[in-house]
Amino acid sequence: MKTKRSGNYTWRKIKSALASAIAFISAVLVIAPLGLVFFHLVVNGASSLNWDFFTKLPAPVGAVGGGMANAIVGSLELLALAGAIGIPIGVLGGVYLAEYGSARINSVLRFLADVLNGVPSITWGVVVYGMVVLRFKGFSTYAGGLALGLIMIPLILRTTEEVILLVPNGYREAALALGVSRWKTIVHIVMKTASKGIITGILLALARVGGETAPLLFTAFGNRFWNHSLSQPIAALPLQIFTYAISPYDDWHRQAWAGALVLVTGVFCVNILVRILTRGHTASVV
Amino acid sequence: MAVAASIAGEERSVQARMASPSRFGDKAFEWLTLAMALAVVVLIILIGWQLWIGSSVAIKKFGFHFLVTSTWDPVAEQFGALPFIYGTLVSSLIALLIAVPLGIATAAYLTELAPLWIRQPLTSLIEMLAAIPSVILGLWGIFVMIPWLRDYPFPWLKRLFGWTPFFSGPIYGPCMLAGGIIIAVMILPIITSVSREILRSVPDLQREAAYGLGATRWEATRIAVLSYAKKGLFGAVILGLGRALGETMAVTMVIGNTPQIAASLFKPGYTLASVLANEFTEATTDMYLQALFEIGLVLFGITILVNLLAQLLLRTIATTSATRAVQ
Repeated sequence: MKTKRSGNYTWRKIKSALASAIAFISAVLVIAPLGLVFFHLVVNGASSLNWDFFTKLPAPVGAVGGGMANAIVGSLELLALAGAIGIPIGVLGGVYLAEYGSARINSVLRFLADVLNGVPSITWGVVVYGMVVLRFKGFSTYAGGLALGLIMIPLILRTTEEVILLVPNGYREAALALGVSRWKTIVHIVMKTASKGIITGILLALARVGGETAPLLFTAFGNRFWNHSLSQPIAALPLQIFTYAISPYDDWHRQAWAGALVLVTGVFCVNILVRILTRGHTASVV
Repeated sequence: MAVAASIAGEERSVQARMASPSRFGDKAFEWLTLAMALAVVVLIILIGWQLWIGSSVAIKKFGFHFLVTSTWDPVAEQFGALPFIYGTLVSSLIALLIAVPLGIATAAYLTELAPLWIRQPLTSLIEMLAAIPSVILGLWGIFVMIPWLRDYPFPWLKRLFGWTPFFSGPIYGPCMLAGGIIIAVMILPIITSVSREILRSVPDLQREAAYGLGATRWEATRIAVLSYAKKGLFGAVILGLGRALGETMAVTMVIGNTPQIAASLFKPGYTLASVLANEFTEATTDMYLQALFEIGLVLFGITILVNLLAQLLLRTIATTSATRAVQ
């Protein structure tokens, strides 16, 4: 009887260890693509990465060399436009949810924002195509920036709300007790206290849309030359990577790998910066 | 919980009454922020409306047939979306079959089974995986994953399961199965991190009770944590499904882009999102563009329903666990 029970216990212990092992293997499998993608990016991309890549226009088919200077600048221009649309709307909307809205309105708005976050990014491309490209008869930087900006709104709105809710009520009470008006309290005390968190949210949203390709395919469209007007098509790094990756030319494939390495480095840098920014986060007030 | 909220509300209204040096500024700021917050409502309506007017002629012309016929012939202006709907559903299903067990097991590892020191770094790595842009995963898929799949796992699958219709026929490389696998990689981070949140919200009392009865670590995880969190985990899976259905770039680059309905997963397929990505700029006639807008509408309709379901599932979890915590 006794041996049977201890045998059973050993078996249960073995089962538990086995389950832990399986869970560990799952975790390794989940992060394996991260390591593999990064490894291949460095192996394939680093060799094509040189000064020309950052300073020259794409070379014509067959010609060796060339770079993605226009795409890098184009991506930054698109991000600036997207930020101009997405940041004010997202941040102020988040302020409303955290500071003013009643519980019922808030839960509806929050719900819709989360649903919006699940809308496929290509859908935004189609919508902006109908709204801007068809109406103004042409692909443009404006259209691309708008598509990215609209994607940013629900992302920033949710993170801003979350960090503003973390600001202790005592701060608001102290300011109001001194006779500061409500909106000034919110702007100068609450938002300022939460600024690190708000900026974190904005950076993450920029990193996310900076890598988006689908909404740009038929809005910004891409351009092999410098863009001189915001009403003209513009190149973007992810678009250029896509075009080169599905092309049949080896030279272009190498450029695609180099572009991908640059893009991933940018995105990872932002993510690491955010991680450093938020490290003191839990220790300090916000 | 509710009481606390109403007290906070009362406090706020008291504050608002007391602090009134510049009524106008306050009102203006409140209305401004409200207008911005309402953007989320406006955006949902805008998407639906724009897709609807963009495809109204096609909807009238093809009606219900659009969803159930499979001819896609822009020259003859015959459009049926069935192969794309089929491709979207099958590739997402493959992705879920791979990503759900791995994601939930990893979440359980991160919250219950792993040594404490490893949990935070592993979580950070998974967040980094989520940050990889889709187009880069597609690039990797074309030049690294597909050649590898074609050389090793696919022939092996064919040897073992070639007698079933799913793994028969020639192996090209880009195919439905490759599409499903790349989607799985894309949705693993979200399934894992949402599941992790859900498991973390399981009250410690559950675990203590299980350990108190002499459960091993795995038994406590299975009986007290996983089964308790069943509904929330289901929500995480549905959320992952929503992302899978709308995944565009990576799938477009590896699925083969051929509109056909084939039993074999080694055959190329096509998804709703991929056909938009590939053909939108090539739409030469109005009817072609209308049909593509309708594809967009179908995709939006499916993802919005799936996302609504996911959010409802996750919401009820959040509220019930919150009320439980208060009680």
